[in-house]
Amino acid sequence: MPNKKDIDNARKNRLELIAAGVTRRELFKMGLLTSAGYLVAKKGLSSRAWGFDGGKGGGGGNDGGGGGGAASPPTRSFVTPFRNLTVKQPVASLNPAPTIAPNTAAGEGRTIAHQAFTKFPPQKFYQITQSQISATVSPDLPTQTFWGFDGEAPGPVYHAKYGEPILVRNVNNLPANNGGFGNNTVSTHLHNGHTPSESDGFPCFFFNSGQFYDHHYPNQLAGFSDPQFAATGGDIRESLSTLFYHDHRIDFTAQNVYKGLVGQYLLFNQFDTGDETTGFRLPSGQFDVPMIFGDKVFDPNTGLAFFDLFNTDGILGDRFLVNGTIQPFFQVAPRRYRLRWTNSGPSRWVQFFLTDPNNLSASFPFFQIANDGNLLPKPVQVTSVELGVAERADVIIDFSKFRPGQSILLENRLEQQDGRGPTGNVLAAGQGSSYLRFDVVLPAVADNSQDPATITKFYDLPTIDLSNVVRRSFNFQRGNGQWQINGKFADCNTNRFTVKQGSTELWTLTNSSGGWMHPIHIHFEEHQIVSRNGAPPPLAVERSRKDVVELHHNESVQIFFRFRDFLGRYPLHCHNVVHEDHAMMALWSIAPTGDTNPNP
Amino acid sequence: MSNISRRKSLAFLAGAPAAGWLVGKGLQSSASTLASEDRWKQVDPREMIRQRYFPNVVLTTHENKKVRLYDDLVKDKVMLINFMYTSCERLCPRVTQNLVHVQKLLGDRMGRDFFFYSFSLDPKNDTAKVLSDYAAMHKVGPGWSFLTGDPDEIEHLRRILGFTDPDPEQDKDKDSHIGNVRYGNERRQLWGACPGMSQADFIVEALSWVDWPKGQKPGA
Repeated sequence: MPNKKDIDNARKNRLELIAAGVTRRELFKMGLLTSAGYLVAKKGLSSRAWGFDGGKGGGGGNDGGGGGGAASPPTRSFVTPFRNLTVKQPVASLNPAPTIAPNTAAGEGRTIAHQAFTKFPPQKFYQITQSQISATVSPDLPTQTFWGFDGEAPGPVYHAKYGEPILVRNVNNLPANNGGFGNNTVSTHLHNGHTPSESDGFPCFFFNSGQFYDHHYPNQLAGFSDPQFAATGGDIRESLSTLFYHDHRIDFTAQNVYKGLVGQYLLFNQFDTGDETTGFRLPSGQFDVPMIFGDKVFDPNTGLAFFDLFNTDGILGDRFLVNGTIQPFFQVAPRRYRLRWTNSGPSRWVQFFLTDPNNLSASFPFFQIANDGNLLPKPVQVTSVELGVAERADVIIDFSKFRPGQSILLENRLEQQDGRGPTGNVLAAGQGSSYLRFDVVLPAVADNSQDPATITKFYDLPTIDLSNVVRRSFNFQRGNGQWQINGKFADCNTNRFTVKQGSTELWTLTNSSGGWMHPIHIHFEEHQIVSRNGAPPPLAVERSRKDVVELHHNESVQIFFRFRDFLGRYPLHCHNVVHEDHAMMALWSIAPTGDTNPNP
Repeated sequence: MSNISRRKSLAFLAGAPAAGWLVGKGLQSSASTLASEDRWKQVDPREMIRQRYFPNVVLTTHENKKVRLYDDLVKDKVMLINFMYTSCERLCPRVTQNLVHVQKLLGDRMGRDFFFYSFSLDPKNDTAKVLSDYAAMHKVGPGWSFLTGDPDEIEHLRRILGFTDPDPEQDKDKDSHIGNVRYGNERRQLWGACPGMSQADFIVEALSWVDWPKGQKPGA
């Protein structure tokens, strides 16, 4: 029961909020005003801390509407313009020049030689630096410290081309003082590049502040070693389009990604050209827009991003960011855009719909053209897209279908209350959380892209050939809060199984973890889902190549892989990065000879 | 904050931020606007972590010493934390044995550079004497304390340190208690966790990542 002083303070603070332009209605919507008009006593950022007065048990959480356990300070929606990622530019040369063997004397933290440097000599060179940065995520929060690539969080977007190998010098200038969370020894993973192991950002290959690490990205189609694809430099059906990079340091991945170490990487080829007048004629240039989504919690007293260090279930933020700012508005011309969506988590599952705030019952179909960065066999019309952490979707939205001056929300309607996964409820339009607002503005501009409704084909799917396949099973379990795969725990020194280079494998992933859902990611190769619970995948968008497979409750999914071209160590893991850090992972490798252990 | 019972004030000390987000110190300047910088408190991150996770509750070690959680156990230390209870039959004996192995690998750095703390999930029955017998049975060496105390305070600790299950039924069941171990360096705000049944040499490796200043912590 508030005393008089509390009541007076509440009224004073309420007046301030109103003076600042936050209306009573917004306060109600944010769940901050009781019906009596008092500011609600917020219980802090983790309901676990209030065990004494009967707060919720278990981990903190909140529903799709942003209320509940977490309690960031209120922030206004749609007051910050959407930030396009900066395009990363190459440099003329690197000094010292990159070497095949690690240049330890010059401070390189890499320990393994580049296996394909001679075969695919780099044609472009980049230098990227990780450092502490200052950023403003909302005008209603203080400018604050994050960790970023090239001074930004998310970092820049690479525009890479198939057949054009590059070398990226990754410089670690991160400070020892982490400001509350994060580990300044890092390992940057390009998800899901067909990348040699020593450049892939293996979790245990982290390097120190003051060092650098050269990554060789050959940008070659999978299958380039296979004689049947010699003419095309690999299997064109294995083209990747939308990748992202992020920190992958063992046990500290969630903290480092949350702190800002994430960015995007686009791969173009003769079909997905980056020029909407050629090839598949997909929207390009300023109409090809990477969007990295994340949710965060901010401390109500300091206004700073808060990471619950002692949470092992999964962290749900109540503030929704796109490209590093909270709920921006994005002015779009009335034409088609290709949006490349990435869910960077840390833990939340999202399902995005387009919502007209003035006509909630209206439904707006659009086209999904890629899953996990792989162009689908052809565009699929959808009314929503679901993304677990690390899943990507490329969509084409035609804003000429809206009136100039109209605003459309990108709304997540998937209800989720804790780290175990969404409840299964898809909330009604307007009851979810909007990540951004599209504002359709004039003037009209030329649209030389092709209408996806008329695109009949991108690529065929590679054939699934089970004749010589090595079969393995992975059972994901949770015992006493410890994550296990096939009853075993992960560590840097254990290689669980070895795949023979050039072989095919069929993996059955089973979720036996009880009420938990997991987005499982396997590095290096894309897979195809052969079956989900015994039947072909029900969703058209899942009949594609993917690198993150959603494991729903008690599900069993069979996935098919080819493993080719490069050798070395790679991980497979849950991409709810909080689970990942509590060792929901297995480390495996590719070698000239492999094993056939069915339950590694 | 008047009219608060001792239990509530303990909860406050336990690190929950002020009960009303705008009601509290530092936010009473009526001249400030929503966006102005003076409405934001400056709190040292290390202090923030102390307030949120390490209330200075009094506990009793298996050697029957009274200690304060933050001042005596956590402050300035590199440590490993887990929860167990002596009558646990399935998991705890194995985790304890695993940690004994880790302890051996750390040699004489235990109790000097590294400290292990095992909190009892059954403080009513796990008295200092019972814990002492348990430690002796497992041949636990110095530098590792088994801790008991007020059941409400230990339950509160269990929750704020994240040794919980989001499923309330699982959370109530002692048999399903969380078997992870948390490791960290309090001065550097470096905290991680891994399964208590991870390979012992991997737990040693994890501790090496937070081993500062004594260890070869780079970039420090």
